[in-house]
Amino acid sequence: MADGRKGTYPVAETVAPVVAEYARRLPGCLTAPAAVDSIPWRRSDMDVNREVLLDLHYRMLRIRLFEEEAGKLSEAGRIPGALHLYVGEEAVAAGVMAHLTDADQLTSTHRGHGHLVAKGGDFKKMYAELFGRSTGYCKGKGGSMHIADVDLGMLGANGIVGGGPPIAIGAAFANKYRGTRNVTVCFFGDGASNEGTFHEAANMAALYRLPVVFVCENNGFGEFTPQAKHQAIRDVADRATSYGMPGLIVDGMDAVAVYESAGEAIERARRGEGPTLLEAKTYRFFDHVGVRGMGVSYRADEEVLEWRKRDPLLSFEQKLVETGVTDQGSINALRERVLFEINEAITFAQESPFPDESQLLEDVYAVSGGVR
Amino acid sequence: MTTAEAPAAREIPYVSAVNEAIRQLMEADPDVFIAGEDVAGYGGVFGVSRGLLGEFGERRVVDTPISESAIVGLGVGAAAAGLRPIIDIMFMDFMGVCMDEVVNQMAKMRYMFGGKARLPLTLHTMAGGGMNMAAQHSQCLEAWFCHIPGLKVVMPSGAYEAKGLMVAAVRDDNPVIVVNNKLSLGMKAHVPEELYEIPLGKANIVRPGTNFTIVATGRMVHESVRAAEMLTADGLDVEVIDPRTLQPFDTETCVESVRKTHRALVAHEAVRFGGIGAEFAAQIQEEAFDYLDAPVGRVGAPFAPVPFSPALEKHYIPTADTIAAEVRRLLGKQG
Repeated sequence: MADGRKGTYPVAETVAPVVAEYARRLPGCLTAPAAVDSIPWRRSDMDVNREVLLDLHYRMLRIRLFEEEAGKLSEAGRIPGALHLYVGEEAVAAGVMAHLTDADQLTSTHRGHGHLVAKGGDFKKMYAELFGRSTGYCKGKGGSMHIADVDLGMLGANGIVGGGPPIAIGAAFANKYRGTRNVTVCFFGDGASNEGTFHEAANMAALYRLPVVFVCENNGFGEFTPQAKHQAIRDVADRATSYGMPGLIVDGMDAVAVYESAGEAIERARRGEGPTLLEAKTYRFFDHVGVRGMGVSYRADEEVLEWRKRDPLLSFEQKLVETGVTDQGSINALRERVLFEINEAITFAQESPFPDESQLLEDVYAVSGGVR
Repeated sequence: MTTAEAPAAREIPYVSAVNEAIRQLMEADPDVFIAGEDVAGYGGVFGVSRGLLGEFGERRVVDTPISESAIVGLGVGAAAAGLRPIIDIMFMDFMGVCMDEVVNQMAKMRYMFGGKARLPLTLHTMAGGGMNMAAQHSQCLEAWFCHIPGLKVVMPSGAYEAKGLMVAAVRDDNPVIVVNNKLSLGMKAHVPEELYEIPLGKANIVRPGTNFTIVATGRMVHESVRAAEMLTADGLDVEVIDPRTLQPFDTETCVESVRKTHRALVAHEAVRFGGIGAEFAAQIQEEAFDYLDAPVGRVGAPFAPVPFSPALEKHYIPTADTIAAEVRRLLGKQG
């Protein structure tokens, strides 16, 4: 990415005077736009054991195929409502979730399918939910934006940007209250990092030394607005210092790098040393909502193609083959197997009944202890 | 009701009743904790959590930063993870700061997740004027929350109700907002020492009567009882009903009363326009239209923010006089 940040963020020129003024007033706050390769993101040399590499690959592959098929169904008009797809960001979910048990929790975002897939979500229940069927995770009452599996510790995708952080610290509070070693991971985006809820939750988490890891999936856009137009900083991790917690920046297109950094942060939380803010630099291959992603008004195709060269799944597969961890034939076979599973799940979903009208008023209140 | 018990019955103030309820609930259930601004070291700015820190320690009595969204979110996440939090929002006016957590997260999580989440969360707050605290520390905003499916809302009128409803709220497996009244905190009543529950959704006939029904909430229950006494001079025998729980509302008890009395008025401290009384009145006329001899009246605050000056505030909050005057107006009499 020779032209660096300018190429990555086509609007940088228009905000350059603002950035310059900000830098003049607060020297050292902002650095000049740098070439992406010169930014000291944490990267890996794939120096982890084979089981971990295959685990990361499997989680990423499952997310990618789940999302691509969901995108096709949505474009074909077969899934109602809006989908926010995770394609391009798979390394983040995979690298983090590889450290978590079913007893660890996470709060997700509107772009939440990948988190649930990586946490071990059931394809059948997931597709059934996207199709609005009674066999879905939420019995068809939540859909894509509220997909959740409380038993797996997945405390919900969330339709409100910044909705997750306060809930995450609550779950972390419960873990600490009960004296467990469980951690809660709070996924949020660069956009949500401007919400008051994030700041309130980060402050409280650090104050109480809660076992929570804030994972910022910085995909460069808050919905359709580029990061340079929604915040004057480049690195969300810079904010960590102001709450009294460590901030790490990691290459979010590199599953091993995420795995290693997330591992440090999660272990720190388990040891009772409090929260960490981990910022993963990543990219959304598709649009904020739906699939398209290229030939759009808010970003240049060249930018998308640059990031696609660093595709977290394909580049990882290439490295796995190059280093002899696995071979292309095995990867192809695995891909076929996952696709078979997906097709089975889609069939299951489509053959499942819609929720009956009698379900409309169910689940508004818990009956136990309640009056109606 | 146990209001007419032996004379030896213990009387304690409203604030002590809430405090006792929280203490006993925490003694009974290790999953109950309280968190909020100044609840620990200071004991709550109204004294609701006084003494709890010494008894239960910092783990269960948690002072928070002034961060209402994170405070409520702390409760939502902790409840979803199996605890039974009592979350304190110091003044009801501050709910504006954490509306997303209350309306979009806390209220809807169970439904959105297809019934798989359980949120035994109590959100305790203080409402009401009369203390010259002006527009941002005096409001009664209960109607906002009664409008949101997934929430329950209680509004205790006195010490007995304050303890019994708090116990029911904490034991309920749903999010319950407890709206206590600042001006009533010193008001004494008989309160049993043991833990007891006032079932949610059950109204109480505070003063039985035969030819007029007043449905009043919170502190207006007492103003309505006073109004009822004043109206005996007009030959009226007024029944006063305290719904106690606003959501779910006990329509049946109110409608049954109106079928007997044929006239009704609802009274609350909140602004009249769009207040919860409008919903009560609508339910009464829907269910008892053929029994009504007059429109269902409504008494509430005028459509203005709560003023600061005592000279203005005394004209703002409804009193027994305004309630009695409205009853007379409904009956075609000059007040």
